[in-house]
Amino acid sequence: MTTANQSAGAKYKNSFLKEVEANVEDGQWVKMCMQCGVCAGSCPLGPAWEHSPQKIFMMIRAGKREEVLKSDSMWMCTSCYNCIVRCPRKLPITHIMHGLANYAHRLGLAPQGQPTREIAKLFWDNLVKTGRVNELKFSLAMYFKDGFGQGVKNAMAMQSVGLGLVKAKRLNPMEILGGHSCKDKSGIQKMIAKAREIEDRRKGLA
Amino acid sequence: MSKKQYAFYPGCSSQAKASADNFLRSIDVVCQKLDVQLNEIPDWNCCGASIGYGEGGELPRLALSARNLALAETNFAGQDMVSVCPACWLASRETAERLHENNSLLAECNEALKEAGLTFKGEAKARHFVEVLIEDIGWDQMKSQVVKPLDGLKFAGYVGCQTNRPFGIAGESFENPLYLDKMVETVGAEAVKYDQKVTCCGGALAFSEPDKAQKQIRDIVESAYDHGADMIVTPCQLCQANVEIYQSEINKKQGTKFNMPVVYYSQLMTIAYGGTAQQAGLDGQLIKAEKLEKIAGK
Repeated sequence: MTTANQSAGAKYKNSFLKEVEANVEDGQWVKMCMQCGVCAGSCPLGPAWEHSPQKIFMMIRAGKREEVLKSDSMWMCTSCYNCIVRCPRKLPITHIMHGLANYAHRLGLAPQGQPTREIAKLFWDNLVKTGRVNELKFSLAMYFKDGFGQGVKNAMAMQSVGLGLVKAKRLNPMEILGGHSCKDKSGIQKMIAKAREIEDRRKGLA
Repeated sequence: MSKKQYAFYPGCSSQAKASADNFLRSIDVVCQKLDVQLNEIPDWNCCGASIGYGEGGELPRLALSARNLALAETNFAGQDMVSVCPACWLASRETAERLHENNSLLAECNEALKEAGLTFKGEAKARHFVEVLIEDIGWDQMKSQVVKPLDGLKFAGYVGCQTNRPFGIAGESFENPLYLDKMVETVGAEAVKYDQKVTCCGGALAFSEPDKAQKQIRDIVESAYDHGADMIVTPCQLCQANVEIYQSEINKKQGTKFNMPVVYYSQLMTIAYGGTAQQAGLDGQLIKAEKLEKIAGK
């Protein structure tokens, strides 16, 4: 069976830039980058990136498909939007980073076990269940993502913080039994499934 | 004065007993005093927040916000949709603007919304509560309700990211927005110089990359101490939670002795307007805001 990754690779064989323009959110802006580097110098997680946005944009133009989609750099985005407001060419850099991360994730190329990739998935799965985020279940899912033993250790390490929040009535232990929910959660789930279906069709991910 | 009415989108963290439960209590008091009526949008859903992109992609994320906007249009026609949460506001405003400008995206979104029995006309406007205060209520009105000026208190006005970028409050600069300092002064307190005003707290990466986020938080807290602040004040729920909660972790790991309260602008206003510590939600602080409680008790 041909995977979405193989089909995209074959379809855009000679131009990763065209693939990004077609399949990545706001990807049509990538060619506008003039390599000034203001984004690289404005990112709060600058020291943590292997490739700054500026480098990622040049790598896309140079056709370095694997290196870009397997990079963990996009996953360092905190969504602070500093790069967007400072870019002299007004590229929506934050959106492009989000779009690249999502595309790499959906193609199965994003780094396995990348912590932000993992919590992003846990967060989305959590909100889709009831239409609203269950903060307690989300925290527990994060602590226990690397197995039960590690989960107990993580939970113990954050115990005083958790109890402090419970005491301050900002974390409700009863949320474990269900908690806040939308009434029309099935409508919301169908809506999200439909949106994903439309987008996947458009991007060749179906 | 007639009540100003808005379709209200509280967001997940502001629900009862969620992480910003105390924030909403103080917002209620501010609204009562300033004659604002927030009409909660029935059955609103999560906006997808900052990390929804990872699994959610583009259209599912836009659909989530479009559903809220459609519900606002349907239930409270003609009213602006207002959020107190920067992430909710950002997602809603981005969606409203993109769908307003892009007909094919609007058509796709409405195809998805049909599954939930809704249609978005592309009319509802998404605004932040701070915009309502500044643009619709005005500084004079905000000041006129002050009965207990917060004399002698010094605040580091921490604006953070998403109330400020990419949209921000009209007329403010991205690098040095002044409205939060002005709010502090409006309730009779002092806004100290503060060089970490628009620094990122790490956002959702406080969970996935704790060391990197805690480095940001350390800078934010340290600078407040360096400039002589008694407390940090912020308009953002995630800024508040990250900067308050992780001080004890940073103390444990790095031997600092941080104990800097982090409060919301609406808590300052509640106390200055004569509200109790309980009404201001000060019982929700992990690091007690004792100096504010003292003024409330006078």
